Amino acid sequence: MFRFALTRIAMALPTLLIVAVSVFVLIRLIPGDPAQLMLGDLATPASLADLRARLGLDQSLPVQFGIWIGNVLTGDFGRSISSQEAVLPLIMQRFWVSAQIVLVAVLMASLVAVPAGVIAAWKQDSSLDLGLVATATLLLSIPTFWLGLLLLLFFGLKLEWLPVVGYVSIADNPWAGVLYLVMPIMTLFLHEIGVILRMARASTLEVLRLDYITHARAKGLGEAAVLWRHAFKNAFGPTWTLIGLVLGNLLGGIAVVETVFTIPGLGRLLVDAIFARDYPVIQGCMLFVAFTYVLVNLVIDLCYPIFDPRVTAE
Amino acid sequence: MKRPAPNAIIGGALIGTLLAVAATGALWTPYEPLKLSFREKLVAPNAAHWLGTDEFGRDVLSRLMAGAATSVWISLLTVTLAVLLGTLIGLISGYTRGWTDRIIMAFNDALLAFPGILLALGLLAVVGANKYGIILALGIAYTPSVARVVRGTVLSLREREFIAASRVMGNSEAFTMARHILPNCIAPLTVLATSMFGYVLLAESALSFLGLGVPPPAPTWGNMLAGSRPYIGQAMWLGIFPGLCISLTLLGINLLGDALRDKLDPRMRGAR
Amino acid sequence: MTTSALLDVAGLTLRIGEAGRTVVDDVSFQVFPGEIVGIVGESGSGKTLAARAVMGFIPPAVRLVGGAIRFDGQDVMAMSGKDLRAIRGSKVGMVFQEPMTSLNPSMLIGRQLDEGLALHRKLDAAARRALILDMLRRVGLKDPEGALESYPHQFSGGMRQRIMLASVMLLKPALLLADEPTTALDAVVQRDVMELMVGLTQENGTAVLLISHDLGMVARYCSRIVVMCQGEVVEQGRSEDLLARPQHPYTRKLLSAMPHRLPARDLPPAKTPIVSVRDLVIEYPGRQGFFRKSTPKRALHGISIDVQPGEVVAVVGGSGSGKTTLGQSIAGLVKPASGTIVFDGKPIAKGEAGYWDYRLNCQMVFQDPYSSLDPRMTIGELVAEPLRLVRDMAPTAKAARVAEVLAEVGLGDGFAARYPHELSGGQRQRVAIARAVVRRPSFVIADEPVSALDVTVRAQVLDLFDELQKKHGFSCLFISHDLGVVEQVADRVVVMQDGRIVEEGPRDAIFDAPQHAYTQKLLSAVPGLESTGEGGVRLFWRRAGNDASIVS
Repeated sequence: MFRFALTRIAMALPTLLIVAVSVFVLIRLIPGDPAQLMLGDLATPASLADLRARLGLDQSLPVQFGIWIGNVLTGDFGRSISSQEAVLPLIMQRFWVSAQIVLVAVLMASLVAVPAGVIAAWKQDSSLDLGLVATATLLLSIPTFWLGLLLLLFFGLKLEWLPVVGYVSIADNPWAGVLYLVMPIMTLFLHEIGVILRMARASTLEVLRLDYITHARAKGLGEAAVLWRHAFKNAFGPTWTLIGLVLGNLLGGIAVVETVFTIPGLGRLLVDAIFARDYPVIQGCMLFVAFTYVLVNLVIDLCYPIFDPRVTAE
Repeated sequence: MKRPAPNAIIGGALIGTLLAVAATGALWTPYEPLKLSFREKLVAPNAAHWLGTDEFGRDVLSRLMAGAATSVWISLLTVTLAVLLGTLIGLISGYTRGWTDRIIMAFNDALLAFPGILLALGLLAVVGANKYGIILALGIAYTPSVARVVRGTVLSLREREFIAASRVMGNSEAFTMARHILPNCIAPLTVLATSMFGYVLLAESALSFLGLGVPPPAPTWGNMLAGSRPYIGQAMWLGIFPGLCISLTLLGINLLGDALRDKLDPRMRGAR
Repeated sequence: MTTSALLDVAGLTLRIGEAGRTVVDDVSFQVFPGEIVGIVGESGSGKTLAARAVMGFIPPAVRLVGGAIRFDGQDVMAMSGKDLRAIRGSKVGMVFQEPMTSLNPSMLIGRQLDEGLALHRKLDAAARRALILDMLRRVGLKDPEGALESYPHQFSGGMRQRIMLASVMLLKPALLLADEPTTALDAVVQRDVMELMVGLTQENGTAVLLISHDLGMVARYCSRIVVMCQGEVVEQGRSEDLLARPQHPYTRKLLSAMPHRLPARDLPPAKTPIVSVRDLVIEYPGRQGFFRKSTPKRALHGISIDVQPGEVVAVVGGSGSGKTTLGQSIAGLVKPASGTIVFDGKPIAKGEAGYWDYRLNCQMVFQDPYSSLDPRMTIGELVAEPLRLVRDMAPTAKAARVAEVLAEVGLGDGFAARYPHELSGGQRQRVAIARAVVRRPSFVIADEPVSALDVTVRAQVLDLFDELQKKHGFSCLFISHDLGVVEQVADRVVVMQDGRIVEEGPRDAIFDAPQHAYTQKLLSAVPGLESTGEGGVRLFWRRAGNDASIVS
């Protein structure tokens, strides 16, 4: 197990390196003087010269990369052109907002969708199964930005139960804060149920075909014991991996939901930065999100042996 | 032949309609999609304008049809780009193995480390947000997934005995790859391309919704939804129809994809 | 018999779908307490479905249309779920074919074994644990305590099958259903597991219903045999009677499909062997992890072997013996670490003069008929492909050759336009053979060409092979894990174990007077046939230690 963990972690390192290189190269691909791009309209000859020296623009690219990575590892992601704030603290603050929504939504969706998917597989081709699959397919076909818009229209404007615009942090005002989060969370929750249910169902179906399930029945175990004690754990692996992918996807995709509900999250930060050509922020966001995604998947991978001990044996 | 599954029928019907509308939308619409008409601002659906008009008096139905054409066209080109690039990379990587494979896959996996539309967003910051920018950005963003699938298929095909048979026969490696491996990749690629078409369409709509897609006044379903937000209280129809179109399209693709997968993988038909 | 039957299947009829195929048709047989009954049939005979129905396992697509299954007097089909679960495990146990998938990969062995015991017996945890450890020891596990805390993937196929037996026999059921329990195992391991199973069941007075396609194995262990074909019982009776005086044509067909020996032939001596291997060493690189650097594994430890023109040399061994690797290296698929391979006197490396001669003349037939043909090519295209590399052969001559070869393998009339998925396993293997001989090669390597086929089909393909070899005179390296199969085709036999040759010699010498212990062990799993007068056979078994005795 220890070797497995070490191997997985070691495999993540080259990925992180190439991600960093990619982000670096991407921003450098933009035509123009990098220092000018980083300072934007507020550039003065003095600040330009200063930044050029600090970024090491007179030296070779690999050295520049080294300087940049060195800064990154010490937490210096530069300053936003628009707001002059330090980029990393800004990202962290926005990340906290997005993370609340994503984590709660995915957790809730998993708690509902996984058992539902397992039961659908157990009762395959029954009306319950068909109903669940149809609902799941429907839910995942609806784009999150439209679903959010509809929820906003209905619960926000027509019924006026929930606030339509803005955001209050839970840290400041728990009750009001929650109200602002309800609709975004519901939007993601409904969408991800569709995705997770289908995967849970598919992998449970795969497992139910296998001999050890018949063997468990042949021992005289009741259906419930067969399903939850034997099938579930083995079937959960692929769904667990999927949850990691979903979390990652939402790190980027949440931008649309944040736009609909005017939530100041990480996605919105990136999009605004693109419009404003705020390159330090763009660079910082991309690096941060990609790194987080790699970490999330690493954690998912490290937990995988719980569901399938065979992976440690390679 | 057995009656095709209900999945396939509904999915086929939806996609068929989409493609028909997209084709006509490129050529003909009831009204000019870009024509402004201040007299007819924000008119609810009626006999003259079946789906109403927007804040500039433009006919919603016409704009939806034109948007269909744009979205389908962009998605098709994107999928083609991703499939071509990804297949090339996957073939080389899967067949040569060794260090070439490892290096290619290291880069591939690193690109996959950018979740969802993040890579596309980043690329758009560089290439600029317009029709061709989107195709390039999304195409590159989806190439790694295709490469992964093709590589996986090639790896499993390599173990099949007919590849060894080809070698023992005396065929060169290049011939074996072209004659035996490539044609057998087509089936999984088709399934992948079908579902990818859905993801790309959704991504394009999302990008347009964010304002990073095809710039207005040219209509896409995404930017129509974006434009509906200020008027959502007074002109509900502006927000409902574009979203409905996207949903129905994705539903059709998902159903078709399911039917396709069921056909190719009959093992899922339960056994107790 | 004065005692009543433990299991009484009467007129069982199962059908798929509404107006679908009848997969089990009016099947009747009985099993009495303590006896071992075998059901023999090939794929599609319905034997597995019938057996599983005994426990109430009928797939959702299949319906019971008629007949009854009575276990211990009760009607299984009419039982409630609760009653059915009460007899499953405690009265009737089942052992499956695939040891790889019959144990839950994510549950500890100890827990899996404990489950059935905890469900059906009122014992406390300590008592259960003692019983389990005891049983694990009985089935031959060296470290029972360690096994309790291990996962299935940490054991080999043979060990897993023993663990399965332990799991089932813990509850001392009255009846054991064994569905092809050893088919997926090596020949030597097969015999050990079967002996264990028979021993365990006799000790506990458990009756056994053994399902298998292997008539020889069934005849050896079962006192009565039921023969099934296409869903029907065609014949049943006591083993010796059935074998000595088979009544039904299908039974006779099964019997004649068991390999029999033909007189040894004399080959003209030749100057140069067609293939000559000297001190061949093949290594597989150790797995390269990040923190691991294993030493390379040796698959072959310096093998030397000659094949004369026109001769059939059989290479026999279990898994891991290196026989397949030997075949692959002679075919050029695997590069040797050291040693030489010479074809018709010339080395076979790519740049050498003799390369094309070797490449055109050394061909291979593979094991898996489902994987050795490109699914997107027609039969005609598949067989014609090798001719692509033959220079100076006009297209019309090529087409004629393809037609000729297809006719030779019995696939004339219109097969050329079909696709592999439209053909049966036996037919596909014929295509593979046709493809290998289309260039009229002088040397063919056959890697387990019949292992994946049904018994009667196997006989047909072996006959075909024999016929072609005699007609065209190519030499052959025939690789197999089953000595029985090679008895018919081989001129010489080479026995391999762990990458080394342990014995070799003319066929008769190996079969009648094996010297090495491993050869004797392999032979003890293969029945010898003696014809009786009335078209039947008597089987005799060779004990290890080379003294043939007749089982009674």
